[in-house]
This record gives sequence, C-alpha cells and structure tokens, in this order.
Amino acid sequence: MSTVNTSERPVRTPWRPRWLVVVGVGAVVTTALTVWLGLWVTPPDEVQGNLARLLYIHPAVATVALYWAGGVALLGSLLYLWPRTRAFFWDRLAASAVEVGAVFSALTLVTGSLWGRPVWGVWWTWDARLTSTALLLLLELGYLALRRVPADAHIRAKRCAVAAILIAIDVPIVHFSVDWWNTLHQNGTILDPGFNLHVHGSMLWTMLLSFVAFTLIFVWLLAMRYRIEVLQDAVGDQELEVSLSERWNEDAELVGVGGGPGASGGDDGRGS
Amino acid sequence: MLHDAVLVAGKDLRIEARSRVALWQVVPFAVLVLVLLAFAIGPDQAALRHAAPGIFWVALLFSTVLAIQRSVAVESGEGTRDGLRLSGIDPAGIFLGKAAAIGLQLLALQLILWAGVTFLFDVRVHVIWLAVVACLLATVGLACAGVLYGALSAGLRVRDTLLPLLVLPVLAPVLLAGSKVWQAALDNNASSGTQWLKILVPFAVVYLVVGIVLYGPLQEAA
Repeated sequence: MSTVNTSERPVRTPWRPRWLVVVGVGAVVTTALTVWLGLWVTPPDEVQGNLARLLYIHPAVATVALYWAGGVALLGSLLYLWPRTRAFFWDRLAASAVEVGAVFSALTLVTGSLWGRPVWGVWWTWDARLTSTALLLLLELGYLALRRVPADAHIRAKRCAVAAILIAIDVPIVHFSVDWWNTLHQNGTILDPGFNLHVHGSMLWTMLLSFVAFTLIFVWLLAMRYRIEVLQDAVGDQELEVSLSERWNEDAELVGVGGGPGASGGDDGRGS
Repeated sequence: MLHDAVLVAGKDLRIEARSRVALWQVVPFAVLVLVLLAFAIGPDQAALRHAAPGIFWVALLFSTVLAIQRSVAVESGEGTRDGLRLSGIDPAGIFLGKAAAIGLQLLALQLILWAGVTFLFDVRVHVIWLAVVACLLATVGLACAGVLYGALSAGLRVRDTLLPLLVLPVLAPVLLAGSKVWQAALDNNASSGTQWLKILVPFAVVYLVVGIVLYGPLQEAA
C-alpha cells in the first residue's frame, strides 16, 4: 500500500483581497500626513503647549478601541449566534476585532497616561474614563483567554459569541458606574455636549485626519488578524490530517508485516 | 418555566444542604476575606469604619465566585449536564433555578457578612431599607451574571482559573454601586444612596433577561 505524505502539502493561501493593499497604503499615507501635520504644521496649544499634539493620537485610538472594535465584535457575535447567518467568518471576525480592540485599549491607556503625567501630575488616576477603559481591557483579556481554551470549533465559537455579547452589554453599565463614581476627564475633545466645535483650523483637520488614519490601521490589522485566524485553522486541520494519515500508514504497515486480518480490521482508534 | 426553576433550585439547594460546602467553605472564606482586608488596612478604627462598605462588597464578590464555581461543580459529573439537558426542562427554567439557588445562598451570606462588619468594624447601618434594597438588587445581578459566566466556563478544564478572570470585571459595577449605597446607608444619607440604585437595577434586569435568552445556546456549547 502506498503511503500518503501530506506533511509536504503547503497550506492554501486564503483570502487576500486587493482592497487590503489599498487600505494598507492609505493607512501609511494618512499616518505619515498626520505625523507631519501634527508635529510641524499645527501650532502648539495656547494652554497645553506641545502636549496638545498627543490629542492627534489619543482620541482616535480610543474611538477605534471602543466603537469600531466593539461594534465589529458585537455584530460578528450576533450574526454567528443567529442561525440563518451562522458562519465561521463572523466568529473569526469577532475574535479578530476583540484582539485588535485589546491592543487599541492598551494604547489608549498608555497614550492617556503619557498625557496625564504632565497635565494631571500623575501617571494614573482613578478617573472615570481611565477606569472604564482599564476594565474594558480586562474584559477583552478575559475573552481572549476563553478563546484560547481548546474546544470544538463550533462550541468555542458559540461560547465566544455569548461572551462578546455579555461584554458588550456590560460596557455601558461599567461606563456609567465609573462615570458616577469619579469624574475628572474632560468632555468630548472635538464636540461639547451641545455639539459646538472646540477645535479649529489646522488642528481640527489634523485631528480628523488622525481618525481616518487610525480607522484604516484598524481595518488593515483586523483583516490581517482574520487572515491569521483562517491560516491557524487551516494548519490545525492539516496537522490533524497528517496525524490521521500517519496512523493509517502505521496500520497499513502492520497489515503488511503481520498479515493477519485481525491486525487491520478492528483498530478504529484513529483519533489518537 | 417557573415550575422548572423551582425544581432546579430545590435540587441545587438540597445538594448544598447535604454536602454543606457553602457552610463549611464559602462562609469561612467570606469571613477570612473580611479579616485579611482589615489586616491590610491596619488597626485604625476610623479607617476601618470608612473602608467597611468596600470590604463588605469585596468579600461578597469573592465569595460569589466560589458559589458560582460550586454551582458549576455540582453538574460537572459524567453526563450530568447532558442528563439535565435531556430531561426536557426549559433552559430558562434551569437558568432561573440555578440563579435562585445561588441568590438564596448569597442572601444568607450577606446576613453573616453584615453581622461581621458590624462586629469587627463597629459600624451601624442607619438607613436599613437602603442597605437591604441594595443587597437584594445586587443578589439578583450577581446570581444571574454568575450563572451565565458559570455556564460559559462549564466543561472547561481551566474553568477554576478562567471564571474569576471572566466574571470579576463584569461584576465591578455591583462593587462600585453597592459600596456607595452602603456608604450612604452608614452616613444616614439616603438621597445619595438612591442614585446608585440606578446602576444596580439595570444590572439585575439586564442579566436576568439576557440569561433567560442566552442560557439555551450556552447550554448547547457546554
């Protein structure tokens, strides 16, 4: 009997659309423009001086972490749980969004802390938004820990979808509770509660460009993380196939050496 | 659904009454947390009085994790979850029953913790109705969220380490709101305490409703 060696078979390259290259190039260009405008073109702030330049990064990163990543994770999880739209695409998309969202949440805390040290005088304060962002990061880390527990793909997907929905439900409650608990953080950076503009001129355009840049970075990272999820699953399947074929080959060799039907017939324990 | 819930709650409570794990492990653990946190703060009576609401709620939260783990563990035996699923009981009934069983244990635990903080930290709750309402609302929220996250981690070999990581950040609003309500109840300031009930009410309602809806899919994934 001929042996089958699947270990040499390359993993099929999945899903790599052209628009992703356009998004990547767009992210690089808009980021470079934001850096140029933010560091050289825009003037220092009247009160905060050069510290205000960090606001070309921090609000955009926070928006991506909270709204873009959270929105995609919730949408993907709901669509996976809905029987009519159930597909691994949504599960992978939600998981990718949470992972990228965790990175952006951590970046939000780091950039906020860098700004807080000179302005507030401390690296960390129990401000409402800092605390709620830290809790969001912990919730995301919990999701990622759950994601890494080995399980059947469908079971894992269902568990993670429920976990993501529960997190999404908890986020507004956490937000309001810490908001009431202690509030030091200022209101909206660009718009106040009456939707009046706070930022003007080149500073406003740079800030808006930073939102575009970080949104494009988020889309690119999300797509790349999704691609890695597909590849990981493909490698997992391939490893299983290799293990199975190796076991079948062992059985076949035993049949060849031992020759008895008893050596080949009864061993169905292929799952090892 | 309610009949099923009563059956499931009766089953869980009977198991607890016979095994006495809650009595001999969860209650001593809660008292231990009270004592340890008092050690961390120091013997300053004023500081302890000030920290008493927070200590009460931290002890309750940690003990809730133990109670959830226990609730999951009673169904971790070979085929027990499948048996429960195949019994034809409405998943929402199972959810409500398990939440009711945990809730009743938590209520008993809160009475002991209340006595504990009164005795150890020499505090007196002036607005008793406010503290009681906070405890009742928090119990519903903690029990419902606990059963959901317990089901999420059920059947996993790493559930004992994973569950606290998943559930404690989720329960943080209860800790914040509960501590503030208790502080108001101790300070005889009912008006500032009632504002915090606005966090405990939606927390309890949301997790009750979400649990009824999502427990079925979660059971399938366990």
